[in-house]
Amino acid sequence: MFPELNNLLNTAPDRAEQGKLTLLCDAKTDGSFLVHHFLSFYLKANCKVCFVALVQSFSHYNIVGRKLGVSLTAARECGQLVFLEGLKSSVDVFFRAQAEPHPLQFLREANVGNLQPLYEFVREALKPMEDGQAAWRYPVLLVDDLSVLLSLGLGAVAVLDFMHYCRVAVCWEQKGNIVALVHDSGDAEDEENDILLNGLSHQSHLILRAEGLATGFCRDVHGQLRILWRTPSQPAAQRDRSLTYQYKIQDKSVSFFAKGMSPAVL
Amino acid sequence: RYQLLPKMESGPVSSSRFGHYYDASKRMPQELIEESKWHGFFFPEKLSSTLTIEPCSLTGGYRKLLQFIQNVIYEEGFDGSNPQKKQKNILRIGIQNLGSPLWGDDICCTENCDNSHSLTKFLYVLRGLLRTSLSACIITMPTHLIQNKAVITRVTNLSDTVVGLESFIGSERETNPLYKDYHGLIHIRQIPQLNNLIYDVSDVKDLAFKLKRKLFTIERLHLPPDLSDTVSRSSKQDLAGSSKLLGPGCGMMAGGKQHLD
Repeated sequence: MFPELNNLLNTAPDRAEQGKLTLLCDAKTDGSFLVHHFLSFYLKANCKVCFVALVQSFSHYNIVGRKLGVSLTAARECGQLVFLEGLKSSVDVFFRAQAEPHPLQFLREANVGNLQPLYEFVREALKPMEDGQAAWRYPVLLVDDLSVLLSLGLGAVAVLDFMHYCRVAVCWEQKGNIVALVHDSGDAEDEENDILLNGLSHQSHLILRAEGLATGFCRDVHGQLRILWRTPSQPAAQRDRSLTYQYKIQDKSVSFFAKGMSPAVL
Repeated sequence: RYQLLPKMESGPVSSSRFGHYYDASKRMPQELIEESKWHGFFFPEKLSSTLTIEPCSLTGGYRKLLQFIQNVIYEEGFDGSNPQKKQKNILRIGIQNLGSPLWGDDICCTENCDNSHSLTKFLYVLRGLLRTSLSACIITMPTHLIQNKAVITRVTNLSDTVVGLESFIGSERETNPLYKDYHGLIHIRQIPQLNNLIYDVSDVKDLAFKLKRKLFTIERLHLPPDLSDTVSRSSKQDLAGSSKLLGPGCGMMAGGKQHLD
C-alpha cells in the first residue's frame, strides 16, 4: 500500500471503514496501481480477501505485492486470500468441459450469460467461518477489472446485477468492503461501459479516478487522481467532498502532491 | 542560451536508426523452410474440419484458430505437459489481419455487428493460452476498417503492447515536406508493465518509419530547422501544426502479447 494515499484518504489498515463500495476508475491512463494498493492494504489489515483477477496472472500481482510488502503466496496458503486467476481458468473452462459449475462458465455459453456462478464463488470464498472463530477481521472483494467482463460477452446489466448481489452479501450482511476497477472509455462511445460506470458510480461511497494529464505525457507527473467521497443514501442536495492530486509512480511507491507542486517543478 | 539544456538522446536505442535487415526481393531458401519447425493455419482450408469446442459466441474462424494454437502448444510441449520433450524454445505466433472478413468476422463491415464480442473473447482466451505457456504472439489488425471505436479501445485493453502504423499513402501528409523522407508514422500506444508498477517510459514520442526493399528503419522525427528565406508565417504554422496532429486514426495496428511469467 502507499502510505501517502492512506494519508489522503484519511485511513489506515487498522481503522478503515466497513461496509463500503470503493470504485476505481481510469481514463486515458492505467489505474492498476490503485488495485495493487488496495490489495496490499486489506491484506495488511488482516482481512479475508477474495480477489477476482481477470486481467493479469497471479505472479504479476505477487511480484508487485512483494514490492509493497505483502506475500500473496503466503496469504493464499494460510487461507487469507482466495485468488481467482481469470486468464488461467479461462483456458481450462474454454477447452475442457467442467464437471461442476465454474465461476467463468459464461465463456462456454453460446447465449448471453449471467454471473451467478461467479457470485456463488465469491459468496463461498467470503462466508464466515463455521466454528464462529473469526480468524480474519472482515471480508473484502477485489475485482480487476469489471470492464473486461463486457469484452467477454456479458451485458452491463448482468455485471451490475452481479455487483448488486455481492454488495448485499459482502457489504450489507457481513459489513465487508468491495473495491472494483472499471475503465472509463472516454469518447470511444462504449455505451455498455458507460452504463456500467455510471451505475456503479451512483452506488459507491468512494470513487478514485486516475486520469492522464490533459496536456499529454510528462515524465515527472504521471497523472491526476480525483478522490470523491459520496454518501449514496443521502439526498443529492448534500455536497460530496472531492479532492484532486497529481501523482508520480515509482518502482515501489507512488508519491502524491498538489497540482503544480511536483518536486521536479519546484 | 542552450548551454544548460540536457543533451538530446540520439534515438530509442544507441543509434538513431533502428531496424532489421531482410531482403524482400529474394525468396526464402527451401532448405530453411524444411529444416525449421513451423505450423501453418489457413482458415479456408479448415472450413470442413470438426471442432471439439462447443458453439459459444465465437465465430468459426476464431474457434478453429484457438483450437489449432492450443493443439500446437500441447503437442509440442510448450505448456510443460510433455516433460521429456526438452523445449528450450519459445513458440512464436503470428496472426495476420485479425478481425478482417477473411476470418469470418463482420467487425470490419458494419458498425453494429452481431458478434462484436467474438474478437475480444478470442483475444482474452488467447492471452490466457500465452500466459500459461512458453509463447509470444504478434497480431496485425486492420483497425482503419473497424468502424466501432469501442471495439478498438477494448482490443487495446486486452493487449500487452500496442503499436500503431500510420501510412502516409493516400493521406494529405504525403505531400508535407516534413514527412518527405518517410513512409509513415509509428505510434506506441501501450507498453506492458508486467511484474511492475510502472513501465520505463521513453522520452521519444515522435517516431516515423521507412520501408525499403532491404531495410525497415524507425527514426525519431525532428522538426527541420527553418532555414528557407521564402517561408512565410502561415506555412511555418502548417508544419508545426501537422507534426502535432498525430491523429486517432491509424492505418494498421500491431499488438504483441507477452508470454509466461
